[in-house]
Amino acid sequence: MAAFGSFAILLGLVLCVYNFVVGAFALRQIAVHPHASFGPERLAESARRAGIGSFIALSAAAFALIYCAFTNDFSVSYILHHSNRALPWPYKFAALWSGQEGSLLLWAWLLAAYGFVLRVRHKVDVKLTAYASTILAGIQIFFTLLIVFPAPPFALVQGAVPADGFGLNPLLQYPEMVIHPPMLYLGYVGFSVPFAFALGALMMRYPGEKWIHITRRWTMVTWLFLTCGIFLGMHWAYAVLGWGGYWGWDPVENASLMPWLTGTAFLHSVMMQEKRGMMKSWNVWLIFTTFMLSILGTLLTRSGLVSSVHAFAESSIGTWFWVFLLIVLSVCLFTYILQRNHLQSEHKLESLVSRESSFLFNNLVLLAACFTILWGTLFPIISEYVEGSKVTVGPPFYDRVAVPIGIFLLFLTGIGPILAWRSTSFKSVRRNFLWPTIAGVVTALVLMAAGMRPWQDMGTLYSLMTFSLAALVITAAGSEFWRGARVIQRHTGKNMLLSLVQLTRRNTRRYGGYLVHIGVVIVFIGLAGSAFNQSKEQEMGFRDSMTIGPYRLVCLSYTQDSNANYDSEYELLNVYKNGKFLTRMAPERRFYHASQQTETMVANHSTLERDLYVVYEGRNQDTNQPIIKVIINPLVAWIWIGVVVMAFGTLLALVPNINADQATKPRKQVEEQEALPAGVGD
Amino acid sequence: MIALRCYTRIFDRSLFKIWAQLSVACLLLLFMAGASNTFDRYQQLGHHSLICTCGCGQILLECNHVGCTVSTQEEAELRTAIARGDSNQLILQDFVQKYGPTVLAAPPERGFDLVAWIAPGVVFLLAMFAAALVIRKWKLHTVAMPAEMATDPHTTAILDKVRKETEL
Repeated sequence: MAAFGSFAILLGLVLCVYNFVVGAFALRQIAVHPHASFGPERLAESARRAGIGSFIALSAAAFALIYCAFTNDFSVSYILHHSNRALPWPYKFAALWSGQEGSLLLWAWLLAAYGFVLRVRHKVDVKLTAYASTILAGIQIFFTLLIVFPAPPFALVQGAVPADGFGLNPLLQYPEMVIHPPMLYLGYVGFSVPFAFALGALMMRYPGEKWIHITRRWTMVTWLFLTCGIFLGMHWAYAVLGWGGYWGWDPVENASLMPWLTGTAFLHSVMMQEKRGMMKSWNVWLIFTTFMLSILGTLLTRSGLVSSVHAFAESSIGTWFWVFLLIVLSVCLFTYILQRNHLQSEHKLESLVSRESSFLFNNLVLLAACFTILWGTLFPIISEYVEGSKVTVGPPFYDRVAVPIGIFLLFLTGIGPILAWRSTSFKSVRRNFLWPTIAGVVTALVLMAAGMRPWQDMGTLYSLMTFSLAALVITAAGSEFWRGARVIQRHTGKNMLLSLVQLTRRNTRRYGGYLVHIGVVIVFIGLAGSAFNQSKEQEMGFRDSMTIGPYRLVCLSYTQDSNANYDSEYELLNVYKNGKFLTRMAPERRFYHASQQTETMVANHSTLERDLYVVYEGRNQDTNQPIIKVIINPLVAWIWIGVVVMAFGTLLALVPNINADQATKPRKQVEEQEALPAGVGD
Repeated sequence: MIALRCYTRIFDRSLFKIWAQLSVACLLLLFMAGASNTFDRYQQLGHHSLICTCGCGQILLECNHVGCTVSTQEEAELRTAIARGDSNQLILQDFVQKYGPTVLAAPPERGFDLVAWIAPGVVFLLAMFAAALVIRKWKLHTVAMPAEMATDPHTTAILDKVRKETEL
């Protein structure tokens, strides 16, 4: 099966090269000699089919690797190092992306899968798709070359084949790890498609903004995957790593956040191009940057350039990524310089108080956040180069520098949607801002009356600002729904709920977007809770108890267990809240036989108000008593709820609108005195 | 005479009782304040200033590796230094000397490392300034629409219709 897999990869490479070379030649001929006798269209079609073939070849390679994992073929070095006989079957599947070689194969396969969909749907716009397909084939060549030369997944073990494998890293033996990496990769890889369309449209001087319409869904789906991937990673870190947090500003985490930020900026600023024909150069560079940041993130994690607990083993692969990044940058720069006159704006900004300027500032803030994270990630390298010694750029740096930017972004999330396109009158500003401002101020006052003291420390100040702005944004978005639904209610006589549904279905993109904003706000509320964390650590033997916040934990027993994959130690704790029995928790520590590594399994009791997070830290060597660490994390559940709302909003925005005439059947004439929502038709 | 009066007043029984109570209260407050200060400093330095140097890259008091001897040793050293009465600056200096600059959780705010703190703010302000300039330039180049167009009843009616249809 290893030989089959290697052959499939080689075949995939040949097909990608054919797609790229013949596709580029055919497109050139179509541009220069459109009526050439040898039929460049037929050549372009054969290139497209080769691209489809590359997907089939790489699918076969991915299947071969999974087959090797399931059949315990330890003659394949990758399987030997990332699997073992006792490994449960879902994790054997996950072995595909648990190491350098396998994850690169996954990357190449996902890229081919995206390319497959794009090439099958080529009738949307044959010429533009041909350009995008050729560019995508170029990217595919790079990733396929990686799995042919520096990181072959089917390399064979030299000498005698061991009877069992070394096992999967215990940190990865968690259900979320079966879906988190593919989600993240779908996000990273997915940005290749809008990148290919943008570059293709620029190369062929594509008239109009249709390429944006074509790529909008691609970008949104990709953004959704990346969002889910990032938050699944956060949840995994929270549930598995056992340090009580979900985001450690690790370089690998930062690498995933950077393209997300620029991708978010792109999703906002393309609206300006669609509506007003503005910011064309900006948009093109935003998507170029997003794609290059995806590659840079991969480079950082795989080259050993920055130290990270997530990073793969140091290898020569970094050079390949540097070269590829340089080629991509050169191609983008060259194409842009050559075609920049095609990107002239059709309109100019007319007012500072408008939707356009809010998008502009939103973009700048998102890019400032991206720069801050990139700067913090790379500063240890810069510092080492300048001063000769490395420094650490950890959470305290980001808390001080990035958090204020995040709060400003939250503010813009609130005011952007209630400004109108082109220009907003003072009357409209006053009308749209009155209630959100009142909500924000009242929230701040109530929280201060309830005991929050923002002058005590920066954490409390930031939290208060977040809660206050959250009230502002939710009121602003809520009022948009309410006013719109009220008008529909008057038109149709339906109840408020049905009117809300109808309103949303008539402009899914706009109202889906509002839902995404509400989701972001909910996530921010969850993040703000971290200012009020409490923790306690102590030895807890039989019948010992610990009190923290409103909880009292009593040790019921502590014992050991064993199975084929791991040995475990755990403690049973009865938890009482305000004197009443609440739940029983069992924090655990596992020792995996194959990898000879230990891993903590956190016990967590989650409510909307707070999480009770219990970690079994091991035993005191002197007393042999278990050490238990308990952390109270307020509002963490809101983060996960917020992500679900964001995902729902994005999915809603992908649904086509229903026709206004179908939806609205006026029951009676209503005088149009109703105040209309601010934005028109986004 | 005045000294004698003060002396008698201090040692007046009721007054003495109050003095004694106040002194005990002050001593207790001082003790408690000191204890709280020691705890706060430990939390502050351990959670915000130092990281574990075992390679995990985690904040010192958040390092949860089972059997991590590095963080255990560093935590003990931190406790000892605070108990000894060393200032925060001295403690951090000692840690840097012993474990290297990577033990600090964030770059120090001096020398070249100050650039780490300043650059994001400067870039953000420059970007805002550039955006303001761009907006100003665009506004200057925007041709004002004739007043008649905005007040034309036919156009206004069409615009109203468009707003209604697209918005709701």
